[in-house]
Amino acid sequence: MRLERRAHVPLHLALTAPLAAVAVALCLAGGLIAAAGVNPLSAYVEMLTGALGSRRSVTEMLTRATPLILTGLAAAVAFRARLWNIGGEGQFFIGALVTAWIGHALAVPGPIGIPILMAAGMAAGALLLAVPAYFRLRFSVDEVVTTLLLNFIVILFVGMMVEGPLRDPMAFGWPSSVPVDGDFRLPDLVPRTRLHIGFLFALAAATIVWVILARTVFGAETRAAGLNAQAATFAGISLPRTLMGVALLSGALAGLAGAVEVLGVTAAVTTTMSPGFGYAGIVVAMLAALHPAGVVAAAIFVATVFVGADAMSRATGVPSFIADVIVAMCLLTMLVALMVTTYRVRR
Amino acid sequence: MTPALELNGITKRFGALTANDNVTLSLAQGEILALLGENGAGKTTLMNILFGHYAADQGTVRVFGQDLPPGQPRAAIDAGVGMVHQHFTLAGNLTVLDNVMLGSESLLSLRSARAAARQKLLQIAERFGLPVSPDARVNQLSVGERQRVEILKALYRDARILILDEPTAVLARPEAQRLFETLREMTREGLSLIFISHKLHEVMAASDRVAVLRAGQLVAERETSRTTPDELAELMVGRKVARPTRQDHQIGSPVVIANKVRVEDKGETHLDEVSFTVREGEVLGIVGVSGNGQAALGALLSGLVTPTSGSLTLAGQDLTPLGPRGMIRAGAARVPEDRHAEGAVGELAVWENAVLERLRTPAFSSHGFVRKATCKSYTADLIERFDIRGATPDTRTRLLSGGNMQKLILGRCLSTGPKFVLANQPTRGLDEGAIAAVHAELLDARAKGAAILLISEELEEAVALSDRIQAIVKGRLSDPVAAEDADARKLGLMMAGVWEEDADAA
Repeated sequence: MRLERRAHVPLHLALTAPLAAVAVALCLAGGLIAAAGVNPLSAYVEMLTGALGSRRSVTEMLTRATPLILTGLAAAVAFRARLWNIGGEGQFFIGALVTAWIGHALAVPGPIGIPILMAAGMAAGALLLAVPAYFRLRFSVDEVVTTLLLNFIVILFVGMMVEGPLRDPMAFGWPSSVPVDGDFRLPDLVPRTRLHIGFLFALAAATIVWVILARTVFGAETRAAGLNAQAATFAGISLPRTLMGVALLSGALAGLAGAVEVLGVTAAVTTTMSPGFGYAGIVVAMLAALHPAGVVAAAIFVATVFVGADAMSRATGVPSFIADVIVAMCLLTMLVALMVTTYRVRR
Repeated sequence: MTPALELNGITKRFGALTANDNVTLSLAQGEILALLGENGAGKTTLMNILFGHYAADQGTVRVFGQDLPPGQPRAAIDAGVGMVHQHFTLAGNLTVLDNVMLGSESLLSLRSARAAARQKLLQIAERFGLPVSPDARVNQLSVGERQRVEILKALYRDARILILDEPTAVLARPEAQRLFETLREMTREGLSLIFISHKLHEVMAASDRVAVLRAGQLVAERETSRTTPDELAELMVGRKVARPTRQDHQIGSPVVIANKVRVEDKGETHLDEVSFTVREGEVLGIVGVSGNGQAALGALLSGLVTPTSGSLTLAGQDLTPLGPRGMIRAGAARVPEDRHAEGAVGELAVWENAVLERLRTPAFSSHGFVRKATCKSYTADLIERFDIRGATPDTRTRLLSGGNMQKLILGRCLSTGPKFVLANQPTRGLDEGAIAAVHAELLDARAKGAAILLISEELEEAVALSDRIQAIVKGRLSDPVAAEDADARKLGLMMAGVWEEDADAA
């Protein structure tokens, strides 16, 4: 028995493989739920209704999906070019911090301020990834290590800022920054819910990224450089410029996620504002097989699991950590599914 | 006497492709059989069936009169069949002895067992004239030595029939010669050998009998002493193939001039005061034993390295600061040494590779957006003009055969009417038909006035295509000789670096 590379990946296989991966992961996690003494089927029903059962739960789920779409895009863009950006979490936080910081000090009307703040968050995220990318290009420093470790540095820095210079005196001792001006809050998409127009921004970002990757010279060069750097260099593509461009785009997307979360949901930056959006973005990108359209679907799936797990936990007593288990298992089964789509088993 | 090996009516299909079609073949004891065929003729598949790596759809394999169970490498090994793969299957960080023992004995075996294994290995090495040091790490061995280990591994398992898949693909000519002497020695010890090849001169020199495969079928068997290279070439390709020949024509003014170019990296000198001139409509051949600076010369003329000192100009323009993209813009076409690693991105579509070098030109993009339709129609023309078989603009490039991928790379850089062409080992690993096509394209570019620098390790090729020839030895270039004056003996001396002594004497 051996593995053989497929000449063509049939479209139906490329589309069903992620679904099969999710199904297998849910079965495996079902075993754990059963071990906790709860019927897995009824637990999953609770989960679905908890995430999709009402207007409130659907909007809550989409609110959760918004930053995941952006961090998922950040990871997908980078991974396609073989730039292993594990620092989405740090770029998210730096984007959030800069947005909150400037958003407190800025004195312009809302419609002008919001784009400025989002651009500031993007710039902050882009710069944060540009540093490890530079070190990778100049000194071959492994960006997996540097981007990962930068996450902790940034979160500690955020902690320092919200305990110190940016501390909100009105927060009753909670470590939180002063909130951004009310004018800069993103308008609600659905009245009387938390869902804000940032969700539309995320969808727009996915579309733009798709166009960039599929249609532009930059996208084509990125793909060539990611698939075979040596051949790309030989053909006259500048590897440093391509990789730096990818780093700026990826970092900007993760930074935008932070900015949108501040402007749309939290109003201020805290060290607990992200339940791991940056890391979950990696899973989202993998589940999407690094495709921008897939990222939107995968982010909605992951958000459903997270929001639904809370409801299920309340109803059945299964700890909501099961959400992390499900998402992690999805990542593993997706990796297997990707192998099955790329290779075939031959006797 | 029972034949050592009989293949009976072997058929193997992969989907719609019939890789082997009712092949019947036998091998006598003490015989060297050459299995000759173009790339994709089904040679390797046939040997993989024999070795139990694949199971045949129909047909049987008999070894010394015993049927082999299909699809079991272990049974083949036990029956005395050994295989030496084209791509070595050695663990580089282990020692020679470990590698030889791997698979047949536990690596954790007792000292006494290791000592016995070492004894046996040394005995075999002695008997067949394959000297090795058992404790050397495979990483540190040359390619020729690694192959020796590969052969010893098979002999250690008491192989009496040895299959060698393109054994000379990775060897320089003297090493190949030594290998064939060893093989002859092994038949005297009673072994039977099959070697797979598509190189005619090798087959003529080293085999007793030749079996020719074409498109999965056994088309002919000949006694080597009763056939000719021409007949074999025709049998192999299925029609007469003749490599094109160079026509005399007027050679113009200098296009590329290199003057005392030095390339150093980390204190090592790769090119040492290299000077040459390539003129309009001229092919300058650079011959040499592999590893004498060809890679550095190729990288220099591709724009991948900048010289430490010296000058390099194309039609008067300084090439040294340009880099790959600048070189292309200046009118240089480059055919890289390794088409898979450098020439094309296998996972991209044919059209994407076809335009990769010129993606940023207005012909193929505007305002940063790729003009997909234009790119694809351009590629369709290229496929037609350069006869790239099995390709549409949307085909994944890695699915092309080596020859067709090479035609794509040639098409990509020659279609622009370049002033200068670097062809670095342009026919390495290609079969006769593809070699003839590549030669024809290069000569066509020459006829249109391109200055061509050909780096080749195949002397026949260099002599056939070049107007003048220089030899590269340890990063230095000899003075040029006209191709008419270059016989094999003279070139052999040049490649050994003898011109330098001439200079000293004079």
